[in-house]
Amino acid sequence: MSIEKTEKIRAFGFVVPALLWTVAFFVIPFAVMVVLSLAHLEGRDVVQTFDLGNYVRIFSEPSLVKGIVVSLEITFVVTIVSVLLAWPLAWIIAMQVPKKWQRLAIMLAVLPFWTSYVVRSYSWALVLGENGVVMQTLIGIGILDEPIQIMATRTATIIGFVHFFVMLLTLTIYSNLVQLSPNYARAAQDLGASIWNTMRLVIVPLTLPGIMTGAFLTFVLCIGDYITPQILGGGNELTMPQLIMLQLGRRGDFPMASALSIVLMCIVTLAYFASARWLKMERV
Amino acid sequence: MRNLTLKAVPVTVALLTSTTALYAEGELNALIWCDHADAALLEPFEQAHDVRVNVKEYEGTAAGLAIIDQSRPGDWDVMVIDGVDVGRAVDLGLLAPLPVDQLATASFFPEVVMAENNVINGVTYAVTEKFGYNTIAYDRTKVDPADLESMSGLWLEKYAGRIGIYDYYLPMVGMVGLEQGINTADLTPENVESLRDRLYSLKAASRQVGEVVSSQTALATGEIDILFGGGEWLTAVLAAENPDLDWTIPSEGAVRWAQSIAVMADSERQDLALEFVKYVTSPEGQARLATSSCYWGMPANTEAGEFLADDQKAILRWDQQPEYLQNTQLYPTPDAELDRAMQDLWTDMIQQ
Repeated sequence: MSIEKTEKIRAFGFVVPALLWTVAFFVIPFAVMVVLSLAHLEGRDVVQTFDLGNYVRIFSEPSLVKGIVVSLEITFVVTIVSVLLAWPLAWIIAMQVPKKWQRLAIMLAVLPFWTSYVVRSYSWALVLGENGVVMQTLIGIGILDEPIQIMATRTATIIGFVHFFVMLLTLTIYSNLVQLSPNYARAAQDLGASIWNTMRLVIVPLTLPGIMTGAFLTFVLCIGDYITPQILGGGNELTMPQLIMLQLGRRGDFPMASALSIVLMCIVTLAYFASARWLKMERV
Repeated sequence: MRNLTLKAVPVTVALLTSTTALYAEGELNALIWCDHADAALLEPFEQAHDVRVNVKEYEGTAAGLAIIDQSRPGDWDVMVIDGVDVGRAVDLGLLAPLPVDQLATASFFPEVVMAENNVINGVTYAVTEKFGYNTIAYDRTKVDPADLESMSGLWLEKYAGRIGIYDYYLPMVGMVGLEQGINTADLTPENVESLRDRLYSLKAASRQVGEVVSSQTALATGEIDILFGGGEWLTAVLAAENPDLDWTIPSEGAVRWAQSIAVMADSERQDLALEFVKYVTSPEGQARLATSSCYWGMPANTEAGEFLADDQKAILRWDQQPEYLQNTQLYPTPDAELDRAMQDLWTDMIQQ
């Protein structure tokens, strides 16, 4: 056996564990889910029909269509708001905080990550409630005369999400910012650019990989999240993960749950392709 | 067409989340509702029989059946199940016959023996252990009780935005059916559809549609003043903190829930499982189950009263039970078509 062939076999050997892992825990379950999504529930039995009935229902039943729309609306708003809040925060930490304090600043910024996701959501439920800190403060300083409803609304869901994802985005954008040479900004200003134009035309475009990586992760995690809308949304509208759980927990309709999951996966895939050109993980 | 059981398909969440080893000696594996997870209920049995009771909580019969479907035969010894779904489990061959002479049903409230549910073709497969009501819970300081003497009070303008709806379609569609003069046993896919406008208008007047914990939280924190679907199971655990929380059964009636306990047909510890059933339905076990930390409810066994304190009986409305039992109906028992119609309607209502 030639050395070259031995090297190829050895290289392949390194890949095999990852390949087996992916096949066992992604490819096979995904294939089973696709097949199951082409079945339907007849009475209480799963009947394999290999038709697209579930997909037709998803895009024709108003309650299911609304689930997709609600999920997309919430996800887009959360992603945009999180980016808008995280970028300045990351910039302040990376550019304004002295180097020796940056580690502490980042740690403080992501401190809420240390608490349980469910506990954090319930905490928001108490904070945003009628007798919560937010409402009582607004009433106390005279901005409101009486409480308004935030809890059990889409706004509460978005606030809960944004709180979580700003931390995530701050990390990805910060790690991108600290890799930038200060010479970029100096060069732009030497050439007459204002601070605003330096930011807009130089710094922000250079941090696009960090922004897009964080935004993509935000999109994926947000659109697939069940807990936050369940706790903070008040059950007043259902997102896709809630609809999936409803099929599983209440109806025992695994085919429809599979079909909804595949639609969800397709949406995430589309989001990936839309942002792929900026996704440079080595830059964050 | 090929009928698939597809046992391998549903993710094995249930087994993965089961925290204790199955098949160990001196153990009993129980598929339960959360009220059975209370140590105060389990420990006396564990000490008396020198065993460990491993519990796995579930909500909703579909979820319970999915867990069993993903388990190996014999994994589970005991199952707590919605009283109206016993027949469904028997049809699937899941439950073992129980020896009638060893059950304490003679001292049960007659209305909750529920032979029509627990006895199939003359064979007893389950025994009722606890019951209560899905009705209307409210805060006495914010709601005029007179308004809720009729269920139509929920649609009063003054309570718009102050109502929470318990997110469980079976009792809730049943309740709205009662309000419209339809008995729970008479619900059909056609007349369920006629409840659509009534449900939509209730949703429009409500603040949230929530499961147990979020409903409790909302009522306790004053987010809502009325919980449609609430009852003693929701207010009892909050009574110490907020004695103003109350519940009522309106003139149209309410829906009565009842949970049964059964021994699994494939259990390899049938004797021990039966002992557990006997313990849970004994007066002492019933009193502990009635006041379980997860939620309270009336014990099926009237002799449990001897083991309950007066204040506990007052919270459970022990003395009003004859009247309540008279004025309430069992959950709807839908076939697949009706179940689908009810669930579709419920989902549509939430998405309004």
